Amino acid sequence: MNSSIIVFPGSNCDRDIAVALEKSKFKNTMVWHKDMNLPKSDLIVIPGGFSYGDYLRAGAIAAKSNILSEVIKAADKGCLVLGICNGFQILTETGLLKGVLLRNKSLKFLGKDIYVKAINTSNKFCNKYKQDQVLKFNIAHNEGNYFTNSDHLKKLEDKNLIPFKYCDEQGSIKEENNPNGSLNSIAGIFNDKKNILGMMPHPERTVDKMISGDDGVKLFTSLLN
Amino acid sequence: MIITNTIVEKHGLKPDEYLKINEILNREPNLLELGIFSAMWNEHCSYKSSRIHLKNLPTKGKQVIQGPGENAGVIDIGDDDAIIFKIESHNHPSYIEPYQGAATGVGGILRDVFTMGARPIALLNSIHFGSPDYPKTKTLLNGVVSGIGGYGNCIGIPTVAGETKFNSTYNENILVNAMAVGHAKKDKIFYSKAKGINKSVVYVGSKTGRDGIHGASMASAEFDENSEDKKPTVQVGDPFTEKLLMEACLELMKDKSIISIQDMGAAGLTSSSVEMASKGDLGIELNLDRVPCREEGMTPYEMMLSESQERMLIVLEDNKEKEAKKIFEKWDLDFVIIGKTTNTNNLILKFNSKIVGKIPIEALASKAPLYDRKWTKRKLPAKKINIKDLKKVKLEYALMKILSSPNESNKSWVTEQFDQMVMTDTAQRSGADAAIIRIHKKEKAIAVTVDSSANYCKAHPLTGGKQIVCESWRNLISVGAKPIAITNCLNFGNPENPNVMGEFVECLQGIKEACEFLDYPVVSGNVSFYNGTNKKNIDPTPVIGGVGLILESKNKINHLLKKKENIILQVGKTFGHLYQSLFFKDIYSITEGPPPEINLSNEKNNGETVLKLINYKLIASAHDISSGGLILALSEMCLSSGFGLKIERPSKLSNLMEYYFGEDQGRYLLEVEPENLQKAKKILNENNIFNETVATVQDNNFEILGELKININELYKTNNKWYNNY
Repeated sequence: MNSSIIVFPGSNCDRDIAVALEKSKFKNTMVWHKDMNLPKSDLIVIPGGFSYGDYLRAGAIAAKSNILSEVIKAADKGCLVLGICNGFQILTETGLLKGVLLRNKSLKFLGKDIYVKAINTSNKFCNKYKQDQVLKFNIAHNEGNYFTNSDHLKKLEDKNLIPFKYCDEQGSIKEENNPNGSLNSIAGIFNDKKNILGMMPHPERTVDKMISGDDGVKLFTSLLN
Repeated sequence: MIITNTIVEKHGLKPDEYLKINEILNREPNLLELGIFSAMWNEHCSYKSSRIHLKNLPTKGKQVIQGPGENAGVIDIGDDDAIIFKIESHNHPSYIEPYQGAATGVGGILRDVFTMGARPIALLNSIHFGSPDYPKTKTLLNGVVSGIGGYGNCIGIPTVAGETKFNSTYNENILVNAMAVGHAKKDKIFYSKAKGINKSVVYVGSKTGRDGIHGASMASAEFDENSEDKKPTVQVGDPFTEKLLMEACLELMKDKSIISIQDMGAAGLTSSSVEMASKGDLGIELNLDRVPCREEGMTPYEMMLSESQERMLIVLEDNKEKEAKKIFEKWDLDFVIIGKTTNTNNLILKFNSKIVGKIPIEALASKAPLYDRKWTKRKLPAKKINIKDLKKVKLEYALMKILSSPNESNKSWVTEQFDQMVMTDTAQRSGADAAIIRIHKKEKAIAVTVDSSANYCKAHPLTGGKQIVCESWRNLISVGAKPIAITNCLNFGNPENPNVMGEFVECLQGIKEACEFLDYPVVSGNVSFYNGTNKKNIDPTPVIGGVGLILESKNKINHLLKKKENIILQVGKTFGHLYQSLFFKDIYSITEGPPPEINLSNEKNNGETVLKLINYKLIASAHDISSGGLILALSEMCLSSGFGLKIERPSKLSNLMEYYFGEDQGRYLLEVEPENLQKAKKILNENNIFNETVATVQDNNFEILGELKININELYKTNNKWYNNY
């Protein structure tokens, strides 16, 4: 499977995600934001970091870059797109995913391990997870507090467009286990066609038992299915 | 412009120093030249009070590639890998403007490391605040922690370890020390020494603004009631630009185009150009019309003294300008040839086609003032307290009070504001004795720690100096690493005060003795004097940053208890030293008496043997016993793991408080599976190391028969409430 990682000035999880993809035998290409052409890809990843310093608003400037119009074209044709952390913020700024990511409710940067529950496992990204499986992921962000209007929120719930929700170690989804204040404890969402996934947790940080567990591996191997 | 006494004084130069400048130049300096002298001759840049003492430190060793004197120290960790690291202070700016002060402290130390060709792989910090009830403390804590996080998180280097301490001695002068650790290939290390004449001197990075002018001079004076006025001398950081600069420099370094490279840190363009020329025994000529400026109408004086961040100076090989420029353009950074190397041995500054400044390089570097300041020796304080005369307290009360104190409380409020995992090689995060970073795509890992013990250093600087080195060494051993080398950040008061100078000289002597004995050399460091306000000096606070090597990551270990029924073996003997302990301070407010004694040969023997046991895989977890003594170390093993412990009472009839809270040195706790106990004990006995069983792992309760029984949840709550309630 061919993957492309879009690298913006200020991206800082690009190498991490490349390592994770290569571990799962993806043939990966790094694509610089000034490039006009996107290589033929089955998966496009927009990595975490602080693209353009997060100036103006997290993800706002990257959303206007040359390469993003290529990403939008590919996504419209059904290419798989994964946006992690800043990548999720960029996807909401482009409109490929609806809603916004507000400052964390604590108004502080939050870097820690959290638990999420796999709510929807019948899709390209999560099919190797068991339904309701509890996963340990790492988060690191200032703006991860997902917000959207009530119609869209209803649609996300009704159409099962929320693959991951924050929970505790036992899988209980309660406000006290919601690290950043996201509506309905949302940790990640799909677009309608479920070919675009945006998520705040970093699955690429949990692909190695030695480092912090390997609950992220199956997200990448799911894509190979 | 005539240089008056007032102008000289405002530049932080003493009258006799000004006379020396006149002598060197054979004329009066102009204002630009005076500014340059002031930038290079201040304490921060010239080390004029510390140089004669620093040269005594052991700086060589089998694994040392580069000792002090470069941007950072370099050690050899085998194969073609080198580790480059340094710690530096940003105390004064952080007190004036905590967010930017702390952020630019991180930015500065990162540049020191990637300037030498290393990709930074870890950040650490040692931050000291005043008393929590001092009105400014809360704002400073908030600002500093978010500033450190703001910079490191954005640039994408994990902040993996540190210490956060509170003491009224820092009420009006906090300490913010940042350490950066990088990884490089041994044959790709870059130095600041310029070579060759007529080589292009290139300015890269951010534009020069009016921020931070005279920052280094500000850092070389005590604070007074007008310190707030110094806000404009604090630089403003931009981690985004630094990320671009780092990537561009590392990209350029793949090639052979760089002769010499130096970051523009303290004293900006002045110190970077002088340093390169002085090391290369050359002259340098700068055309200031070409300096990229952020604001219009900037004068040569402002350009030479600005401390705008995220800038570098590079001396390039011939005919490499075009390729190099392409790289910096890719990253949207300025790249301008602003001068050339010469054989005149002068710093020559041109502006509007006129020479506006001309100073012999050696006047700014080797001829900078050097002082052998008066210092007084400190006697070992007497032991005047009999524990039996003190009001009796319950063991449980004392333990819970210490565990809930600001200094011993769980620090996740701090560490959760840092990204510890980016780069995905962090094998042990903060909260352990040391953090562990795996070398990317390799088996081996390094362990890193920062430590300080200001109260020990204050009580007896010589012992205190030895103790911090030993503490650092023990912390690395406790995670299974072989200690390799240290960097030090020496935070002291006013060196013109003989007592303070004595603290400095004797702490340094202690550091030297311990480093020599343990073969744990000093490869880089920084001195920060004038920490104090209105003649009140801070307690001497040398901070040690230690780096160790773990050959196989899978041999790493931590202090989390692993299994019920496992035995806790204590290595090293308890004598019950309570002077300068947390127990005396937190329970009785007693701060007198000597620090615990250091026996270097025991330290070495105990440490090396513990490391052997870990490498033989006889140990399930390990922890060093430090402040708070045996009982605090045991409780930390429970708090981190969720297991309980059944703790023995002392075998000999001794005072319980001395036994549990004594801070005797050279001790470790080792968790051993019952079937490994005899093997482990045999090795310890063969090496003549005192050892005894002190506890057994159990579920749920932290328990000493007949003394206390605390549920682990209760222990956890006690340890976790302070920050949330502050």
